[in-house]
Amino acid sequence: MTQATYNGVLNLAAGAFLLAAVLIVWRRELRSIVRLLAWQGVALAAIPLTEGIYQDDAALITVGVVVLLLRAVVLPLLLARAVGTEAHERRESTPLVNTTTSLLITAGLTVLAYAVTRPIIALDPSPATRAVPAAFAVILIAVFVMVSRRRALSQAVGFMMLDNGIAATAFLITAGVPLIVELGASLDVMFAVLVLGLLTGHMRRTFGGTDLDQLRELRG
Amino acid sequence: MSFLLLAPIGAPLFAAALAAVLGWRRLTATVTVLAALCILISAVTLGFNHGPGARFAIANLFRADALSITMLIVIGTVGTLATWASIGYIEAELTHGHTDAKGANLYGVLVPIFLAAMASAVLANNIGVMWVAIEATTVATAFLVGHRRTRAALEATWKYVVICSVGIALAFLGTVLLYFASLHAGASSGDALNIDVLLAHATRLDPAVTRLAAGLLLLGYGAKAGLVPFHTWLADAHSQAPAPVSALMSGVLLSVAFYALLRVKSVVDLAVGPGFLRTGLIIVGLLTLLIAASLLVVQTDFKRMLAYSSMENMGLVAVAAAAGTRLAIAALLLHVLAHGIAKTLVFLGSGQLQAAHESTRISDVTGVLARSRMIGITFAVGLAILLGLPPFAMFASELSISRALADAGLGWVLGAALLFVVIAFAALVRNGSRMLLGTPAAGSPAITVPGSVSAALVTGVILSLVLGLTVGPLLELFQTAATSLGGTP
Repeated sequence: MTQATYNGVLNLAAGAFLLAAVLIVWRRELRSIVRLLAWQGVALAAIPLTEGIYQDDAALITVGVVVLLLRAVVLPLLLARAVGTEAHERRESTPLVNTTTSLLITAGLTVLAYAVTRPIIALDPSPATRAVPAAFAVILIAVFVMVSRRRALSQAVGFMMLDNGIAATAFLITAGVPLIVELGASLDVMFAVLVLGLLTGHMRRTFGGTDLDQLRELRG
Repeated sequence: MSFLLLAPIGAPLFAAALAAVLGWRRLTATVTVLAALCILISAVTLGFNHGPGARFAIANLFRADALSITMLIVIGTVGTLATWASIGYIEAELTHGHTDAKGANLYGVLVPIFLAAMASAVLANNIGVMWVAIEATTVATAFLVGHRRTRAALEATWKYVVICSVGIALAFLGTVLLYFASLHAGASSGDALNIDVLLAHATRLDPAVTRLAAGLLLLGYGAKAGLVPFHTWLADAHSQAPAPVSALMSGVLLSVAFYALLRVKSVVDLAVGPGFLRTGLIIVGLLTLLIAASLLVVQTDFKRMLAYSSMENMGLVAVAAAAGTRLAIAALLLHVLAHGIAKTLVFLGSGQLQAAHESTRISDVTGVLARSRMIGITFAVGLAILLGLPPFAMFASELSISRALADAGLGWVLGAALLFVVIAFAALVRNGSRMLLGTPAAGSPAITVPGSVSAALVTGVILSLVLGLTVGPLLELFQTAATSLGGTP
């Protein structure tokens, strides 16, 4: 792989990664949101795979394959199962912020991400590090999704997006954290998503829905 | 020595495996108590066999110094008391139909896993592994918080998992940035996150990136430690969890999360100077104290009252860490240990009160001292410790924290913190006396106390008295830990 292809593929992956996040903000249908999340997982896995092939690093390629399986297949499947069977559960209820404003806020957050990541690029101005603002933008957008959506599952999607953003940052700036940390972190995330999935099931049975506005018993 | 490092993690994992195979029964519950005791014994042996200054490590994966040993002592002490009380607590829950055999089995497996995760967090040599262990505590405790499966318990679990996972994810981002800075300071990729390597390269870490990392770590681990702005889960989770789990979460888990902050603080202080995290900790600590004190005043639920008291104490600990002197950190560690035991006493007591009244409203509970001497006296002792009354240890620790703050030139912080502590004091005294004193209302139900709960309560009171009268050899351990964290005399 030449330097130019490497740069091109890396930028494409980072761009697709950010685009998926923006589309998730735009869409309301829970099923298509989960599908977009799977595509974001593919873009994420492309980063370590590209770096692994470029640097001829077998360990990094292995990590990329694991990431692909976990984030593009296993976790979206877990979420898709939790989306449930009832038709009225499949759509996000009227969000707290309307779509146009949401997309404007997303643009603002992306600009903010460029400002926040300046010290990182200053320390190591490599092609990979230059893509870090896209990963940071996804982290900020994910936090925004978590505070502005009302379905329990949308919050789980936001959490996974947050985690994708952090993983992308790790791959871009350091070619991944040490293997044991990477494995442990992936395992934790998988368990956390599993717990959230199980909880939405319990909630649907107890509350008859997963609108988080119904969670208002505990106050003060 | 490597056996003593592995035992605190291995013993509870063994207990969890046994509980998974055999289900909830006296035998497995007793093995869990022994496993918790094993954590305590390993810590004491590590601490005193070779002097508190000694350091142990195996395979670059685990290490124990005075600070880890101190935290292991806290985990072991509270863990032993809480698991001991669990035996009677769960048996009573089963008899009253609040849980079923499946729930009890899950409880029996998750509690020792929770203990093992906390022990791994304080023994981890790599701050990435430390992060993995702390996130594992969230996963392990999620279904413990939702143990009762009621609407309120589910709501508390959801908030707990979502808020803590987001917080802890930010801490992971901070860890990744620290790794990036460490690589660029010349560390090799395999051990760039090891505590010693980070300390050795600390002065060469890029200040701008380290500041960004430190901010994220403070927010992230602060969420787990119940500090502002991600504190909103705490009162819900601590009030809905079964009493022994509340004791573990309030008494130990909060301080284990704070331990992570102390570890990264020692690195960040060397890299960007102590001013950065000091400012952050003062802001976060004082705001936490303010919110906890205000909510304590209007509280009508006794388990939530205890949860906000934990928040208040974590705020105080954050302020003490901001002072950063040797005296402040040694006092902070004593405070954490005394608080752990006190919270065990009051949460175990509140569990029995909740079981008797089927309610956690303060106004439903009257004249406890006249109705049950065991619960009345131990609850009063726990409150007295939390109020910082002599002869208990929090009197000494709060006095030392005040002196350390004054010495560090943080007089205004001391003033503000004292104001909030006094407000909290008044609220605790008012609510506590309402519950404990006076004549019982007509028709008050009998308070039953299972044998194992009584045993844990009495042991806790004895430990508190001993700790209050003499810190003994622990003082040297605390001081060594404080010095290793860069505390100036």
